[in-house]
Amino acid sequence: MGKSDPIISIEKVSKTYASGLAALTDVSLTIHRGEIFALLGPNGAGKTTLIGVVCGLINATSGRIVADGHDVVTDARAARSTIGLVPQELSTDMFETVRATVSFSRGLFGKPADPAHIEKVLRDLSLWDKRDTKIKELSGGMKRRVLIAKALSHGPRILFLDEPTAGVDVALRHDMWRLVTALRATGVTIILTTHYIEEAEQMADRIGVIDKGALVLVEDTKALMEKLGKRQAKLFVKEPLHEVPAALASWQLDLEDNGRALVYAFSGSREEAGLGALLTALHEQGIALRDVQTRESSLEEIFVNLIGKS
Amino acid sequence: MNTHAVRAIYRFEMARTFRTLLQSLAAPAISTSLYFIVFGSAIGSRMTEIEGVPYGSFIVPGLTMLSVLTESISNGSFGIYMPRFAGTIYEVLSAPVSWLEMVLGYVGASASKSILLGAIILATARLFVPYTVAHPLWMVAFLVLTAVTFSLFGFIIGIWADGFEKLQLVPSVIITPLAFLGGSFYSIKMLPSPWQKVALANPVVYLISGFRWSFFGTSDVAVEISAGMTLAFMGACLLLVRWMLKSGYKLRT
Repeated sequence: MGKSDPIISIEKVSKTYASGLAALTDVSLTIHRGEIFALLGPNGAGKTTLIGVVCGLINATSGRIVADGHDVVTDARAARSTIGLVPQELSTDMFETVRATVSFSRGLFGKPADPAHIEKVLRDLSLWDKRDTKIKELSGGMKRRVLIAKALSHGPRILFLDEPTAGVDVALRHDMWRLVTALRATGVTIILTTHYIEEAEQMADRIGVIDKGALVLVEDTKALMEKLGKRQAKLFVKEPLHEVPAALASWQLDLEDNGRALVYAFSGSREEAGLGALLTALHEQGIALRDVQTRESSLEEIFVNLIGKS
Repeated sequence: MNTHAVRAIYRFEMARTFRTLLQSLAAPAISTSLYFIVFGSAIGSRMTEIEGVPYGSFIVPGLTMLSVLTESISNGSFGIYMPRFAGTIYEVLSAPVSWLEMVLGYVGASASKSILLGAIILATARLFVPYTVAHPLWMVAFLVLTAVTFSLFGFIIGIWADGFEKLQLVPSVIITPLAFLGGSFYSIKMLPSPWQKVALANPVVYLISGFRWSFFGTSDVAVEISAGMTLAFMGACLLLVRWMLKSGYKLRT
């Protein structure tokens, strides 16, 4: 991955629907080759519209998009052959078998039949045992895997995952994360939308936040979490304190619950915030702890914070 | 040309037909057989010949055309409407598939089914009434032309329709009356003089007339005009489909 090697360039793209709704307003964004980019935003922010415009499902009102060196409008065939799309909705033909629908997708993208590749994709997604099962007989999580298999059937260089873990169980969500990480290792560029901050934090190299059709910010994940991911540790002490000891002043602790709790607010990970060092310092001050509680900002809180500022 | 995509769409559509064989082929074949029993054998045996052809045989081309064109519209419209309705159209729209490749896949499959149905009906008709085909190549040409043209027309309806009601509207309100009044059961020469001219405004007249000519060598209008009118209608449908798919009409928002 290199910042000098863009694989998708979105330049001043706007989309206004016939109803007058401005879904995207002057969105400009560059996706780097080989990165995992997470697009976050509340419902109706324009995430799916942006994906739709890149993938050719939605006509942009203005602006230009280049995917892997090909304009998505004037050189649509070349651009689309590099892209795989996993839509948010579980849209697939319910009466087809898993293998047939994945093979169909490969054909659509102009690739000759390759049973060995289809087998690999199905095995990677734990679908091989279900290869001759009709899709209508699969669970929701399995159907989502089928959609991913369809998108991977032609070996795309760019993969869009629109809410890939919406409504799936924890095990499948972790399976998805592993899959996405493995795909990135093969050089696939991945753009995903999600509501789960943990998901974005775990996987994405960079995060973009979109609201009301405008990109609010684009940051490296680490930098964004530092900036916006507020965390709080509440340290319950055995003996109530009258004040925060002077030796702990540098930690900027707050005293709450009538001196029974010290509250430490920090950004980024616990390690980076030096939570371990704080516990050591408390021990050195002879302050015994009864309990420790930590909480993190939810994505909703981050949105409220971020969008409130925008 | 993305031939793999054309083949994928074609195979997918044909597979859908064979999953619903009873509905796709058996049902129209049975209903047409009933027409032959009632109009061909029962009533037809009491009627005089039309242009030197026994009535039972006379209606074979018209009834075949009736089924082929209504099934072509149905196949063509459902082929594209169902993926729109189910949301699976996203995959075709996001794939490197041109408008022509979409047409070859969807309309090709729809026309194939209709041609197969036409062959089944002609074979079934042979069990009830005798007939011979004077110009076999022309017969095949008219069958293919009709199947392709009305599959294209159905494809247009399938893109235009917002719901199942609209999907049925054009076939039931426009096509079925035109088909029945297009000379399936009679020669338009049997109509009073002013109605003969009115009937010439009906495009189905040219299809049935041309198809009937290929069987019996007699027709209501010259075969060249029949073929020309059908080709013109096909060209118009193709141009409209091209515009719809290139502009993304009702497909891309």
